[in-house]
Amino acid sequence: MRTIDLSKSSLRELNEDLHRQNSGANESSWEILNPRGAHAVAVGIDAPISINVKGSVGYYCAGMNKQAAVTVHGSAGPGVAENMMSGRVVIKGDASQYAGATGRGGLLVIEGNASSRCGISMKGIDIVVKGNIGHMSAFMAQSGHLVVCGDAGDALGDSIYEAKLFVRGSVKSLGSDCLEKEMRPEHHETLTKLLKDAGLNGVKSNEFKRYGSARKLYNFNIDNADAY
Amino acid sequence: MCGIVGLFIKNQALEPQLGSLVSKMLGTMCERGPDSAGFAVYGTPSKGKSKITLQSPEPTSFQGLPERIKKELGVATDLTVKSSHAVLTLASDKLETVRDWLRTNVPQIRIMGAGEAIEIYKEVGYPTDVANRFELSKMTGSHAIGHTRMATESAVTTLGAHPFSTGPDQCLVHNGSLSNHASLRRELARDGIRFETENDTEVAAAYITWRMKQGLNLGDALRGTIDDLDGFFNFVVGTKNGFGVVRDPIACKPAVMAETDDYVAFGSEYRALVNLPDIDKAHVWEPEPATVYFWER
Repeated sequence: MRTIDLSKSSLRELNEDLHRQNSGANESSWEILNPRGAHAVAVGIDAPISINVKGSVGYYCAGMNKQAAVTVHGSAGPGVAENMMSGRVVIKGDASQYAGATGRGGLLVIEGNASSRCGISMKGIDIVVKGNIGHMSAFMAQSGHLVVCGDAGDALGDSIYEAKLFVRGSVKSLGSDCLEKEMRPEHHETLTKLLKDAGLNGVKSNEFKRYGSARKLYNFNIDNADAY
Repeated sequence: MCGIVGLFIKNQALEPQLGSLVSKMLGTMCERGPDSAGFAVYGTPSKGKSKITLQSPEPTSFQGLPERIKKELGVATDLTVKSSHAVLTLASDKLETVRDWLRTNVPQIRIMGAGEAIEIYKEVGYPTDVANRFELSKMTGSHAIGHTRMATESAVTTLGAHPFSTGPDQCLVHNGSLSNHASLRRELARDGIRFETENDTEVAAAYITWRMKQGLNLGDALRGTIDDLDGFFNFVVGTKNGFGVVRDPIACKPAVMAETDDYVAFGSEYRALVNLPDIDKAHVWEPEPATVYFWER
């Protein structure tokens, strides 16, 4: 296992080292010590390696991640796993605003709470939040799944496209063009798999409600002017 | 962008470390606001005494000031000069008289703030240089608020730096920008509030002073900002014995707080908090949008 102590080596050295790893990487297990809220820890990895970050991180941790499994043993600042392509990112603590923004694939698990704008403009990523999420989450979400075991804040799914949202607790308010939808068998199946992948075996899919797009705002329609 | 740090000490045993802790916090936020910096430190008040913090680009203008005040007003004052700033200590009941006299007779000296506990230092320059210049790390007290500025709404000047103080022992720092400051400034000016700058943040500070003058406590005055101020804001506010935080409902500007039995701390980022004692055991959270947090002792 490679251990990198950020109180001794620079963030740039760490990320360059991580970028040198590829699909045949021999060093498959990494540990990062003393992140102390640093920005851009473990960004842009494209290798099937596993990284444990021991402490809290700042902005954009694990951004653009491909293939790698990154676990933060602490909380994450704004933009964690932003534009993730594939792989798995787990935050043991809380995540700040716009977690998983624009993500195209992979699984982001937040074991604490996520803040505002979680999954904003998500494009295929799956996000599972054990706690609550803040306002304007899944804004303009295009595809992928957002699973919330706690409550959702104001304006959930505003201007949403085809992402699917599952919330177990309450939703403070729904955004424009977002509505509750029926849970059909295929949704139970998808949700059960996502919960299992996130390690939430005790949570049942029938405890959730599904939300998605009313598909009224896809194209400009003068009758909907009030909703824009 | 801007960076904010704040520390409110609950356990008096930590008071001697206030300056050194806040100095380290401020140093972590340089990248968020490299153009100017400032801080307000609430020291232990001495009974019946008040302090006026003065600033002058030409420190020689402080020379002979206590003698002139003694001669012209018959008021005894003590002057401590720190680089471009100076603290004038005097009997509390003479505060208004001396402040009016300063405004009229030494207009080249700017008044940064006044009160029984507060001292305010702010300058254009890199935040760590500003902190060193005024020896922040040696200062002691109950609470302190610091700011690193990346200017958007008004020029990079000493007076445009934060904190802004518009009332006795009050100060406010801001990350964000306000859209309705011009109209609100006119309203407050009609009510007799005095403005020193064209800066949006000064209006927010004055708004809170105005509300507190109407009898509201710090918490209720902060709640008013959510309805009456339009724009982006994280405010951190100090009063003689209080410390408050509020974010606008959109809450784009970053904020993280930490609390232990010994202190409450605010940082624009977690990086600002990592050097605090027992931070690993602290309750760390992101303050909710449109929610007022305040502590008093």
